[in-house]
Amino acid sequence: MCTPQRIGPPTEGFRETVPAMATLTILSGTGKSGEPEAISRLAINAGECLAVVGPTGSGKSELLSDIEQLACGDTLSGRKILLDGKVPENHWSSGGIVAQLSQKTGFIMDGTVEDFIRLHGRSKGLERPDLVEEVLHMTNSLCGEPVLPESRLQVLSGGQSRALMIADIACISDAPLVLIDEIENAGIDKLQALAALTASSKLIVLSTHDPILTLMARKRVVMKQGAMSTLRETTAEEGHCLERLRAVDAVLFRSRDLLRNGQSLTDGVL
Amino acid sequence: MKIITVAGTPCAGKTSVIAHLVRLFKSEGVEAAVAKFDALATGDDAFYRKELGIPAIKGLSDYVCPDHYYVSNLEEVYAWGKELKTDLLFIETAGLCFRCAPHIEGVPAITVIDNLGGVDAPEKMGPALSLADVIVVTKSDMVSQAEKEVFRYKVRLVNSTAAIVQFNGLTGTGAVMLKRLFEAWQDVAGISEAALRYSMPASICSYCTGEMRIGKPYQSGNVKKIQLRPESERT
Repeated sequence: MCTPQRIGPPTEGFRETVPAMATLTILSGTGKSGEPEAISRLAINAGECLAVVGPTGSGKSELLSDIEQLACGDTLSGRKILLDGKVPENHWSSGGIVAQLSQKTGFIMDGTVEDFIRLHGRSKGLERPDLVEEVLHMTNSLCGEPVLPESRLQVLSGGQSRALMIADIACISDAPLVLIDEIENAGIDKLQALAALTASSKLIVLSTHDPILTLMARKRVVMKQGAMSTLRETTAEEGHCLERLRAVDAVLFRSRDLLRNGQSLTDGVL
Repeated sequence: MKIITVAGTPCAGKTSVIAHLVRLFKSEGVEAAVAKFDALATGDDAFYRKELGIPAIKGLSDYVCPDHYYVSNLEEVYAWGKELKTDLLFIETAGLCFRCAPHIEGVPAITVIDNLGGVDAPEKMGPALSLADVIVVTKSDMVSQAEKEVFRYKVRLVNSTAAIVQFNGLTGTGAVMLKRLFEAWQDVAGISEAALRYSMPASICSYCTGEMRIGKPYQSGNVKKIQLRPESERT
């Protein structure tokens, strides 16, 4: 009667190959009250970043969760996610395709930073000797307090851990799609962080409340009542605004540095 | 009736995974029931009845080896599910040792493991993980992307074919992905004559029958001794 059967996809040896991906398409569903979404189709390409904005409770997390679950009309929203224009083949798992930068600011693992980077590299078939240097170079460009190869993961500060997580996604993770739930200011240069991730030609979806990150993303979808209500691109005028916002941000950054180093603020600084 | 065996490490979230799935299925009118095996005590059957409103029973192995107790009661559990005319029968096992796996040939097998057990956990887990069709990884929200990827790689080293599904037991994110796998699974026409995917440990020694004292005079039957020295040094 019962015949032995293996379910689940065959893989090539131990190392899984992650397909390259050029486009992510979101086909609309419905908002909280069941009305169709105003934006019926939204596509972004590799190397692009989509900001998801809107007040708390407007449905940003649900949109991210639909992407994470490769929704095919079977989630509450009824949205469909296409990769390169098609329903993904192994749509029971987005592991390997979707990387997530959550708000976690610490590691569970113990050991040195170097061992950790090498272990992750090995799992992806990256054995090159300068890998640790490359990841740490980026880590330290994002964070003021330097992370050393011999530092232990468990003693890293929140900012150092976040910086390492971001550099690690940019340099080692082979997932073509990155979901980010807010890059907060916890001791890292968030603008450089976003630049580093986009430079790795990944496709990025970023849920944020930050005006600078929103404009840097160049494309943004505005959520309202659980629905994608407006899609905007950063205009030329907003480009100028972005420069001014960056200047404001730099002032804030400088002030924070001065204050936490025990100095006092003067008009000249601002 | 589709049958699914669900195994996993303690506190990995087997019950949450089943609960989220059952809620999804219920909203589509698909009926589910759960038989929970455990060693000494469980309140999960009451949870399923009260919180989800579905039929649930428990089987406690008590003084009998939990693995042997489980396999000896599969026909009874199958008959119970049949009588209920349920569409889905989850057989959830806890308290089994990791020398064993409850998974049955021809019956879809899910093993739940959490990301917090450390990257060496998959290697230590044995047949429950290596012979599963689906590996549900929970608590991924608690770790970084890198740790997630290393963990997944370690899981792949012991099971290269299973579908790996990330699951958040608190929010239920991942439940729809797991549910998509169910569509491919066939009804199980009967459980008698089916075989376990992995043999259970040999027993029948004096301790099986209630002996509690330590020492050679009290040991009889199938007794295996630890090797303190390599074979060559022994006389």
